[in-house]
Amino acid sequence: MKNKIEKLILNAANELNILLDHKLEIEQKSECKLYGQGGVLDSISLVTLIVKVEEKIEDEFKSSIILADEKAMSQRRSPFLTVGTLSAYIESLLNAEVVYG
Amino acid sequence: MDKPITLITGTRKGIGKYLSEYYVEKGHIVIGCSRSSIDWSLPNYKHFELDVSDEKSVRNLFRCVRKEYGRVDNVINNAGIASMNHALITPLSTVNEVLKTNFIGTFLFCREAGKMMTKNKYGRIVNFTTVATPLKLEGEAVYAASKAAILSLTQVLARELAPFNITVNAIGPTPIETDLIRSVPNEKMQALVQRQAINRYGEFQDVSNVIDFYINKKSDFITGQNIYLGGVS
Repeated sequence: MKNKIEKLILNAANELNILLDHKLEIEQKSECKLYGQGGVLDSISLVTLIVKVEEKIEDEFKSSIILADEKAMSQRRSPFLTVGTLSAYIESLLNAEVVYG
Repeated sequence: MDKPITLITGTRKGIGKYLSEYYVEKGHIVIGCSRSSIDWSLPNYKHFELDVSDEKSVRNLFRCVRKEYGRVDNVINNAGIASMNHALITPLSTVNEVLKTNFIGTFLFCREAGKMMTKNKYGRIVNFTTVATPLKLEGEAVYAASKAAILSLTQVLARELAPFNITVNAIGPTPIETDLIRSVPNEKMQALVQRQAINRYGEFQDVSNVIDFYINKKSDFITGQNIYLGGVS
């Protein structure tokens, strides 16, 4: 599942790159920096990425998760740092959804 | 040219029903919703039965819209409930209901519509405020406050969504003869109408006139605005 999620985030990042002056380095795969600590996204482009990823998750996993909830915002290590951290965060959300329905 | 996709909440009756008919007539595809089923149908109109404050149902509606139409151009947050009561004898359950339908419902539709509209880099959102707020009507504390929250939401969202070419505006109707005011004594309504600059009841066309202006493609420099009908300010 992790690979699938990562691929999906990279697809979204690739789509977003069309709009960006400073491109996301998607060839770095899971190490690709997104937001904060060397990431190239500003808050508006992060919002756009989140919307794209939520949509792709919905299509792929038939699951309506909300990425930017209080949990994500209050985590000490932001899930939006890299493609890898975001992918792990999404996986945890999807797993939680399976458990709690 | 593609038909505009217009989503209207609270379409079972009153202003919402009128707006559905009006925009279908103007060539839009209209998606409507209400808590209970409707006893009418229109071509190019699709209805969803849901509570606007139920996050899951609202997200499901937008998922269906995305699957079927791929976008939404206009969202008109008309759904609303009123409560006329002295604040000291207003039950908490009423406060919760009014806030849920009026404010939370509007918020959820703005959020989900905003997400879909960012993709298209185009969107028009119109929210509903009320003259009860600036007129500070006694007996409408909760209703007026819930709509004041919508005004504030409109103004902040206008800024947050501007980078995506989405405008967010509001209209504040005066009393219109719908179910919403049917329970209010006539002399109270007359006194209210007398406080407007133009002393008459509002009509449905007064509302669609302002919405037409807001959702016009040329209105891309108009956002965060609120127009009260009847010259109330």
